[in-house]
Amino acid sequence: MGKGGQGSAVTVADHAPGIGTVGGLPVAAGDPLLDLLNGFIAELRAVGIPASLTENLDAMEAVKHIPVEDRDTFKYALAATLVKNQAHWKAFETVFEVYFSLRGAQYEITEDDLEDLADDAEIAAEGDRGGSGDMLSPEELAEMLYRALMRGDAEMIRAAARQAVRRYAGMEPGRPVGGTYYLYRTLRNLDLEGVLERLMDVDQQTEGGVDDFELRLRRDTYELRIAELKRQIEAEIRRRLVADRGVEAMAKTLRKPLPSDIDFMHASREEMASLRKAIYPLTRKLAARLVRKRRHGRSGPLDFRSTVRHSLSYGGVPVEPKFRHPRPHKPDIMVVADVSGSVAAFARFTLHLVYAISSQFSKVRSFVFIDGLDEVTQYFEGTDDIAEAVHRVNTEADVVWVDGHSDYGHALGVFWDNYANDVGPRTTVLILGDARNNYHAPESWIVKSLREKARHLYWLNPEPRSYWDTGDSIVGEYAPHCDGVFEVRNLRQLEAFVDRLA
Amino acid sequence: MSHRFTDVDAVREGLSKVDYLCDSGLAGVVYLADRLDKPVLVEGPAGTGKTQLAKSVAEITGSRLIRLQCYEGLDEARALYEWNYKKQLLRIQTEREADVEWDNISTDIFSDEFLLTRPLLEAIRATDPIVLLIDEVDRVEVETEALLLEILSEYQVSIPELGTMEAVQVPLVFLTSNNTRELSEALKRRCLYLHIDYPSMEREKEIVLAKVPDITENLADQVARVVRSIRRLELKKPPSVSETLDWARTLVLLGVQHVDADVAAETINILLKYQSDITRAGKELATVEGLDT
Repeated sequence: MGKGGQGSAVTVADHAPGIGTVGGLPVAAGDPLLDLLNGFIAELRAVGIPASLTENLDAMEAVKHIPVEDRDTFKYALAATLVKNQAHWKAFETVFEVYFSLRGAQYEITEDDLEDLADDAEIAAEGDRGGSGDMLSPEELAEMLYRALMRGDAEMIRAAARQAVRRYAGMEPGRPVGGTYYLYRTLRNLDLEGVLERLMDVDQQTEGGVDDFELRLRRDTYELRIAELKRQIEAEIRRRLVADRGVEAMAKTLRKPLPSDIDFMHASREEMASLRKAIYPLTRKLAARLVRKRRHGRSGPLDFRSTVRHSLSYGGVPVEPKFRHPRPHKPDIMVVADVSGSVAAFARFTLHLVYAISSQFSKVRSFVFIDGLDEVTQYFEGTDDIAEAVHRVNTEADVVWVDGHSDYGHALGVFWDNYANDVGPRTTVLILGDARNNYHAPESWIVKSLREKARHLYWLNPEPRSYWDTGDSIVGEYAPHCDGVFEVRNLRQLEAFVDRLA
Repeated sequence: MSHRFTDVDAVREGLSKVDYLCDSGLAGVVYLADRLDKPVLVEGPAGTGKTQLAKSVAEITGSRLIRLQCYEGLDEARALYEWNYKKQLLRIQTEREADVEWDNISTDIFSDEFLLTRPLLEAIRATDPIVLLIDEVDRVEVETEALLLEILSEYQVSIPELGTMEAVQVPLVFLTSNNTRELSEALKRRCLYLHIDYPSMEREKEIVLAKVPDITENLADQVARVVRSIRRLELKKPPSVSETLDWARTLVLLGVQHVDADVAAETINILLKYQSDITRAGKELATVEGLDT
């Protein structure tokens, strides 16, 4: 991607005024916009969005028709040609913001802005008292912010976001910190919680007739506006960082995994939210695919008797082979999941997925453990709200025996004593966990015996394969007794496994 | 080749004239589809106006709308063309008496006269402007998708007996998908992709005002805000735009001037279709605290 990326921030800013003529006219080779686009697409691929060559060409064609100044339309036009999956939209948007954050009249970074950047840094260094030039004092800024949120005026919110960043982020040119640091600094000073309270208080007092329902609606409105403000602040910080460090460096720092690639064990809160959002469409798709697979799957084995019977009408020649009706195996599933600390998220998603497609199994039972073990099947029965059930599992299940540290040996022991009789030749047992046993006894004979009774026994491990059997991880002890041990770190791998299972 | 739209704003204004309110992103994609002669694959939650988009575009461009509803088991004979074999048989029988050469008959019976055109071929052969809507394309099997590829990229249909039929005019093609399965890469590559999401609160209010007669500005505003709040919850099936409109119409019929908690609780079953969603929304909206954002 070396060559394509040459259109770094500086050249872009230099050429920016000339670009305006591009709309509608053919673009010559070596055009800075096309260079920028090349780098942009290379970055999309680096993030994991599969932009093919033809799509690339389409994008080049598209930008001839939509002027870059019309930023929103331009963004959608690029997305229409390059991003064919809604789950990739957020990643696309981030890359777009980085590469095109300096384009379009109101977004352009001028020399002044760069000077501002330096000034701001000084001001921030001096402390909170230095309100010079067109900088607002903290009180003025708070007032402006309050009004902007009150009215919900998009322009005002954007302006307030800019001022807030100038005032509080304390950005220093060349300083190698990420955008989140500046974001945190800005937000801490703004006290948005307080602003929200103030907005709500005013509503409660001034209009006596407002009922709770109306208040709730207003609160939602304000919360969304605040979310918008945060987005604007983030965008502003990003814009300034890009101006300071150049497009490619920024793109690299901001690179985030797609939802299906997010690691269960290290997901941030925000990533968790996007995982939760991603899982519902995923289960729906998976269920639809499995139903289809069942219906259109290969027919059953050759029905010899029927074939001979039909061959009579062809004079004994078996022209038309007959097959038995397929009887797809619908497994009983028993999920045994470690829900301690770091692997809890993984267990949650797996339970969610398994229950969402439970119609594909004849029965699903689930058990959770840390060092004790508890059956949680009943939480899922009679409710169609899986998320709620999973939540109850987290809060109500009795999984602690002694100290609340994983003890696979003991948990498996409890399972063996109480439930082993329910494991039969139609049962598939799934054990979920990282097998970090805190140096307790592994009791791997239980896994061995379970496998002998069950149809299949699989172990899903959310840790990267290279970590297995390091420290107190004893996957290696259990692995020989399983039909398969799989690394399942993200939704993509989880989906692939469940697809195989059903 | 002349184009249907002069610029993006023309698309947006045209659409808003037929009460289809959209943002510049959507208008831009439609405009691009026209300029690049590419089909548009429209995805998004149910009831956000995917099919309506095609209808509205047909209306503003004065085109005829040809619709192919997809379903499982859709085949060539229903989508592209079919030979009218009864007529062919008749023809053969009439020729039999006349003692005509076999070659003549066989070329005769595979001619235009015996061809039954189905939506895709019809769209290609039409001389008037066409908007082709391939609805719910995710319902056909992956294998059947391949039927569409030739027409989507080349705007032509190959019939072995007749040769290749090329489009007289390039139709504007919309494919809609409810995303129940992943469409093939080949199909996606040939299309522009447009995701229609639930509209913003302001736009939804405009839509309600435009579509529901006799509604007051105040009520429309409240409707849009309540729906927005409900969509923020994690629900099985968030209310669609069409459900919002149904709700707004109901409120107007009931003579409601102002939505309060009681009215909302009584009529919420029009917006939400799952009992668990209704319970949850009822519980959530009763509290002032709001979601933890």
